[in-house]
Amino acid sequence: MATFNVQVIIENKPGISDPEGDTILNDLVLKGTHKTVSKIKTAKMLKFTIKEKDKKTAESKIQEICDELRIYNPVVSKVSVVVFDA
Amino acid sequence: MKVGVVVFPGSNCDRDMYHVLTDVFNLDTQYYWHEKSLPKNIDAVILPGGFSYGDRLRAGVIAAHSPIIKDIQKMAEKGIPILGVCNGFQILVESGLLPGVLLKNESLNFMCEWINLIVENNKTPFTNQFKLHEKIPIPIANGEGRYYVDDNTLKQLKKKNQIVFRYSQVVNGSSNRIAGVCNPAGNVVGMMPHPERAVESEINPVDNKPSSLIFESLMVKMGVVN
Repeated sequence: MATFNVQVIIENKPGISDPEGDTILNDLVLKGTHKTVSKIKTAKMLKFTIKEKDKKTAESKIQEICDELRIYNPVVSKVSVVVFDA
Repeated sequence: MKVGVVVFPGSNCDRDMYHVLTDVFNLDTQYYWHEKSLPKNIDAVILPGGFSYGDRLRAGVIAAHSPIIKDIQKMAEKGIPILGVCNGFQILVESGLLPGVLLKNESLNFMCEWINLIVENNKTPFTNQFKLHEKIPIPIANGEGRYYVDDNTLKQLKKKNQIVFRYSQVVNGSSNRIAGVCNPAGNVVGMMPHPERAVESEINPVDNKPSSLIFESLMVKMGVVN
């Protein structure tokens, strides 16, 4: 068994409004000198530490947890799972 | 008639709801802690407002995994009237008993104000005493109250008459100004505004009668006459 650190990023699906991201873009970033930025999306990140036999198993286990326990709401959100060696 | 008020860690409108059910409408009411089961002979279940589990992860999602939810699902299937108010609505949505999701208000603010609801479905156990399109002055108090459904689901909701309440004007960016919905059978109803804060004339600056009809509808449905 090895230990892995897993980042779970929960963000809105395309088309779901993100007023916080829009405010950061329009009222902070674009009001400065950073005119090349065109989009900001907010997201929530959970960091898991998990012991599994390999990276692939760790990823599928975390995905299973996210789906089963509704860590993200599939109506409006999507989740991405990224595994790192601890 | 026995009514259950479910209490989750972080519920904070449970006592207001209990007070209204017992002191205003003289109903036999009991609290049920979320880790306990519900008795088989219960006639209606209310999930009150509050901040179950401090809204951690997402409003209502952790409470949606509470043991009592399995009993509530069974009762929903049997047709027993179930009402979720505010956080109770969020829990019903997150447990899959009602469609859609509640997102942060468009303003990102916690909104605490009096609004007007329009009754869009007067066939549910909580709205059968209303005239269609009757207006209800009622308070909202929420941060995550923006009801969202995709366009296809919205069509389905309209087709199956599942939109129970709409705001009379844009309040928080909800899809189709929806403030409350029901399941296809109509016995499970969720609403963001707080009827328990509006049924007594002492604390309602506009008109307490419309909100009272929500509870009176339930009593009529159950054949209770006070």
